[in-house]
Amino acid sequence: MRFFGEAHYAFIERRKAAYLISSIAIAVGIVAMVFNLLDPNLRNWQRYGVDFTGGTLVQVDLDVDGITTAQVREALGGASGPEVQRFAEGSDFVIRAPLDAESDVEATREAIEGQLGAAFGEEAVTISLTELVGPRIGEELQQKAALAILFSFVLTLIYLAIRFEFRFGVAAVIATVHDILITLGFLALFRVEIALPTVAAILTIVGYSLNDTIVVFDRIRENFGKKGARKEEQIDLINRSINETLPRTVLTSLTTLVVLLALLVVGPALIRDFAVVLILGVVIGTYSSIFVASPALVEIRRRFGEGKGQDRKRRPEPARA
Amino acid sequence: MVKSLRGRLITIVIVILAATWQLYSTYQEYGSPVKLGLDLQGGMHLVLGIDDPEGTLTPEARADAIDQAERVVRSRIDELGVEEPLIQQQGDERLIVELAGISDQAQARGIVSQAAFLEFKLVEPATGLFELLPRIDRAIVAAVGEERLREMGRAMEAPATEMETLIFQGSGEPDAGDSVSEADSTEVTDDTAPVQAPATELRPLSSLLSQGNVILDDGSYGNFLVLVEDVEAADEFLALPEVQRALPRDIQLAWGEEPAAFGARTYRSLYVLAEDAFMTGSELEDAQAQRDPQFNQAVVKFQLSRAGGRMFQQFTTQHVGDFLAILLDGEVISAPVIREPIGASGQIDMGSSPLEEAADLALVLRAGALPAPLRIMEERTVGPSLGQDSIDQGEVAGIVGILAVVGVMLLYYRIAGALAIGALAVYVLLVMGGLAGLGAALTLPGIAGLILSVGMAVDANVLIFERIREELAAGRATRTAVDEGFAHALSAIVDANITTLLTALILFQFGTGPVRGFAVTLSIGIVASFFSALYVTRTFFLLYLERKKASDPISI
Repeated sequence: MRFFGEAHYAFIERRKAAYLISSIAIAVGIVAMVFNLLDPNLRNWQRYGVDFTGGTLVQVDLDVDGITTAQVREALGGASGPEVQRFAEGSDFVIRAPLDAESDVEATREAIEGQLGAAFGEEAVTISLTELVGPRIGEELQQKAALAILFSFVLTLIYLAIRFEFRFGVAAVIATVHDILITLGFLALFRVEIALPTVAAILTIVGYSLNDTIVVFDRIRENFGKKGARKEEQIDLINRSINETLPRTVLTSLTTLVVLLALLVVGPALIRDFAVVLILGVVIGTYSSIFVASPALVEIRRRFGEGKGQDRKRRPEPARA
Repeated sequence: MVKSLRGRLITIVIVILAATWQLYSTYQEYGSPVKLGLDLQGGMHLVLGIDDPEGTLTPEARADAIDQAERVVRSRIDELGVEEPLIQQQGDERLIVELAGISDQAQARGIVSQAAFLEFKLVEPATGLFELLPRIDRAIVAAVGEERLREMGRAMEAPATEMETLIFQGSGEPDAGDSVSEADSTEVTDDTAPVQAPATELRPLSSLLSQGNVILDDGSYGNFLVLVEDVEAADEFLALPEVQRALPRDIQLAWGEEPAAFGARTYRSLYVLAEDAFMTGSELEDAQAQRDPQFNQAVVKFQLSRAGGRMFQQFTTQHVGDFLAILLDGEVISAPVIREPIGASGQIDMGSSPLEEAADLALVLRAGALPAPLRIMEERTVGPSLGQDSIDQGEVAGIVGILAVVGVMLLYYRIAGALAIGALAVYVLLVMGGLAGLGAALTLPGIAGLILSVGMAVDANVLIFERIREELAAGRATRTAVDEGFAHALSAIVDANITTLLTALILFQFGTGPVRGFAVTLSIGIVASFFSALYVTRTFFLLYLERKKASDPISI
């Protein structure tokens, strides 16, 4: 069995259509972010979780027959109280309360526990999970996350510049930025809560997308190095490289997706958001390695020339073990 | 690495055995083949910082304080008997404490964060403050402002005379030198000058104070009583710098820890103490909780060092009949009278507190005081049942995912697919063994990382197989095609894996807790997939090709 064994698609020629699709996806995301920023309930371009804003998240198992979210909300002070959500159709409820600079992590937790105990009896209340993050820590984590993503860009760029050529590195980073923008737009659109694992997921997407891009670039590099590559039209050569790696691209994306779908459907409830972000990333990463990274390579070469004979002297070589 | 087929197989077997051994020895030690993170086995993750809201400590003092706090917290947790606690500094100002599988979280929280600074101070007569109270009241009015006081509902007006009766009641004659109150009282009766000297004045603080119940030798008393509902306001007033300046330097006011009921109302004591502690907990050598059979109440018996004992003896000899306040973290926990000189051992009465509380206090006293109280800045707890749910669901997802991958590979690559699955099995074993060997814990995002890396480990195999197919399609002989396939796939595999490894390392550097777990799992996964795809799959292929002639077709 072989999918796309003899594929000859003209990917690069259709890059204008891809640019349009990508632009629309990014634009929708940016609009969603602006909407979020203007929304008085959110006032931020993403729905940040307690990890980043500082605050309290208490997940509590209430052993009370026929309990409703409204009852829990009432017990915690009604409309002025914290946000309450039922978790995964069970008897678990997730309570989110802000934590301002004055209030104490301890006091906030005790208040929630006390109010629930008073309303439903202390035996009925089991705390399954708490996340209490002071506002100072939240700010630090935000900075760290941004730094982590920035550093991974820089390192990747340097590595690819050494292993390939500088323009390959630039094209790969363009594709990665594209992936991150679309993912962030999606997160903003569906208001997925951004927690620490979400940052891990975004960085994994960066890794996956790079992985895909590098496989295609590796083939382009190899084909450039072959005899007669000079005579071949550049666009044809890149198209041929994408087509040659297409069976691998499809199969790998497929297996990864299957595994991630398993994680989403039967995996731990706590990491479903994480799985959603990864699935999205795999799809976007696969698309971008074909429709963004490779065209970017063509565009860079068109605008900035052939590198003034550099290619002839330093023809990139495949790695040897 | 060894090139002959035999040597290759032996190498693989050795690696498998090493991984299995790691898993087995971890299982012997912890009861599970891989250590589980807090989010999977339940537990508590705390980030603590020095509680210094005014910012009075210098950065060096903070760093010192955290160093010392780390030692103290460690010895406390050791006494508590938590297995495998993680206590480490983060930067110069933070302390991370991770306690796995802890059942009583409130107790753990208290034991970790309580400063446990023990002081012994002499109770002073409150009469020394009487003449200062009007000045303090005025200072409060000046600092807070009349309007704000009215908003707070704290604009108690009291005629000066009434104030005096309130405060001096039953405490003998008011001090003759109390010129302020005398002047006030004359003016109350002098109707001719009501404007210059108002008959009433705002008494924000003194209106909250009632006569105390610690009756000293000379008949005066050593504390005020404050209604429980007024404590917050009184505390706020006392914290004002203006008030602090107005208080005599050698005097300190400290709250009693336990409220006491008089009639229908509940009060807390505000003790008047000598500023200097004549002894602190640093002289303490041992502390044990006991039940006092006489009054059936919990007590903590303590033993002082020899030098401390001598000091204690000397001091108490001079102060027989006086009251001794025992302060814990700035609050008076008991204030017994000194009936006779006390030597190297003494006891702290815990009143109505349960014995467990006394036991916790004895524990923190034994382990030593923290240089400053610790403030909980971040707290994450996971109940044990939630963790178990995550493990169960993670297992199901893992099995489903792996079965799906196995199905796809067999369908797509036939025998070559089966070889890849064999290599993949080695891969999973290696990752788990690697986690066990490094002592890294498997976290929830770690499970996700593991499942994801299974998907990506397949990629290396796919790259190789696709390349072999291409070479075969180009008309090469089977054996050459296999060799070429491995050789050409190498550069892509190397580059792709190294960039992912770079990302994982950055995650490790910047991440905390669960994210680090993810990074570690991912890194181990990448190294293992290198070995699995390039060495194990290759070996299996060699095994498969051994009985074939160079030109025989293969199932791929």
